Amino acid sequence: KWAVMCLLLRSGFHLMVVLLELPEMHQMMRQTCRDYADRELGPIAGKLDKEHLFPAQQVRELGAMGVMAVEVPEALGGAGMDYLAYSLAVEEISRGCGSTGCVVSVNNSLYIGPILKFGTQKQKEQWITPFTTGEKVGCFALSEPGNGSDAGAASTLARQEGEEWVLNGTKAWITNSWDASATVIFATTDKSLKHKGISAFLVPMPHPGLSLGKKEDKLGIRATSTANLILEDCRIPLGNMLGSRGSGFKIAMQTLDSGRIGIASQALGIAQAALDCAADYAHKRTAFGAPIGKLQAVQFKLADMAVAVESARLLTWKAAMLKDAKKPFTKEAAMAKLAASEAATFCGHQSIQVLGGMGYVTDMPAERHYRDARITEIYEGTSEIQRLVIAGQLLKEYAS
Amino acid sequence: MSRVLVGVKRVIDYAVKIRVKPDHSGVVTDGVKHSMNPFCEIAVEEAVKLKEKKFIKEVVAVSCGPTQVTETIRTALAMGCDRGIHVEVSGKDYEAMGPLQIAKIFAALAKKEEASLVILGKQAIDDDCNQTGQMTAALLDWPQGTFASEVTIDGEKVKVVREIDGGLETIKISMPAVLTADLRLNTPRYATLPNIMKAKKKKIANMKPADLGVDMVSRVEVLRVDEPPTRLAGVKVETVDDLVAKLKANGTI
Repeated sequence: KWAVMCLLLRSGFHLMVVLLELPEMHQMMRQTCRDYADRELGPIAGKLDKEHLFPAQQVRELGAMGVMAVEVPEALGGAGMDYLAYSLAVEEISRGCGSTGCVVSVNNSLYIGPILKFGTQKQKEQWITPFTTGEKVGCFALSEPGNGSDAGAASTLARQEGEEWVLNGTKAWITNSWDASATVIFATTDKSLKHKGISAFLVPMPHPGLSLGKKEDKLGIRATSTANLILEDCRIPLGNMLGSRGSGFKIAMQTLDSGRIGIASQALGIAQAALDCAADYAHKRTAFGAPIGKLQAVQFKLADMAVAVESARLLTWKAAMLKDAKKPFTKEAAMAKLAASEAATFCGHQSIQVLGGMGYVTDMPAERHYRDARITEIYEGTSEIQRLVIAGQLLKEYAS
Repeated sequence: MSRVLVGVKRVIDYAVKIRVKPDHSGVVTDGVKHSMNPFCEIAVEEAVKLKEKKFIKEVVAVSCGPTQVTETIRTALAMGCDRGIHVEVSGKDYEAMGPLQIAKIFAALAKKEEASLVILGKQAIDDDCNQTGQMTAALLDWPQGTFASEVTIDGEKVKVVREIDGGLETIKISMPAVLTADLRLNTPRYATLPNIMKAKKKKIANMKPADLGVDMVSRVEVLRVDEPPTRLAGVKVETVDDLVAKLKANGTI
């Protein structure tokens, strides 16, 4: 039963919905993900990070639970739940292991997301259903060595030759690349149309003409693989175009809007794990004759961490709920991603500080949370891009 | 071969640090995380597996307590039980509720539902009584397979491998019977998201102990609850002779 309090704000005629208590199904769903994360991910997260191991078995188990395709309708093999449920799932999984949370988020939001929204029924059956079970994961290839934030400058080209598209170019920083069985990839079909000349394509992996660059050696989320995708006369059937010709940029932007909620959720999980670690340590570690949790300096840090996480969480839930209500959510998603990623880096930093020397060594997970948190301010739109998106929306609202 | 009743108890979560109330009347439960008793999870898993192997048609999850226990029943439904029964017990009756009262309720329900099996966890992690299964079987005059680490249905009989102090004991009992689940019986599944959605539509019936003709009067009164005494530090000795000398000195031998 929903306990929802609605406040009508005069300025801008916006409806602000404040969630007091999650519905029962969402609570159960959050609990099952938390149980899985505590029992199956927490104990191995350190090892996955240290050895750069992709959690294949865990991804299969999460697939069996429906977590790899939360929003996908049951008819296509998914869990048929809403985006709020998805956000809760990613947060809980990320709390156990930041890398695994990233794999879940990329598969759901960045790979399945655009196909679900823009694909034909046949494309959905071919490219979504096998990716709901955890047996296969997908990836999303937009960034290039020459452009990350400047997505409109895509230099990967696609030309038509008979019944095929031929792709050439290089994509950079592609998460899941070495573990993926397919990619949603963006290439320019009409250079003269600039960003309106970019189209989206579906490419299976492995595939002739598509090769992978070396795995990047990253600061954090080390159980995920990140590499370049190199396309050299990579040929795919015409039917592999996703959406209409020239709509690639729009598809990418809309996909990233939703993907932001996923990354915000991942950041929340990492932030919460860092807070949990610090609060637990504050109870146990004694100094100056008492647990350090008695010291105001430590208390202030814990309070600041808790406020950062909880406020980012409410922003994330609001963005998810707006999306579920089919209302515009671009601004709120950007705010959520910005707040949550900055909360994650803040909590990661402060958690190490609370642990002192113990926070700096690998015996405790604080240093891993610190390292995992950092990427959330960069991928799926840097914090700077989020600020531009938010400001753009705000200024539109205030324009007379 | 039709119906199995599974008991699920809502207990304080195993990971929570238990605190005794200042008045020593019990432990703090307000605002404390609760979840399904781990042995009850194992019981549910076994019942659902028997249904998947087509030995039984229907699994009914039962819990006794206040409104909050419906969460526990829903979790059982999300793991694959078909329907639930919530026996409402609250207030003083709930605080005083123990194995005998539960056993009476389960015995009455087993007859009412014409169950072939009643599967319970071997004990609850809050009171560690390990009595309810045995009492239920006695009230029904049914055979019991307790501490089960393996259950196989063979026609109208059940083969149960029991974990006992001396090792493993295998017995064959006729149905209807009561089984209690031990730790190694199975590994409970996680509730999947689609099953959580399906659980929403499954029915939970409400009833009171009086509807089953059960009186909840308890003959047991909890006088006082204390924390276990703080463990004292040990003493290290260098040799076996030192050890024997110390044990002699403090009167142990």
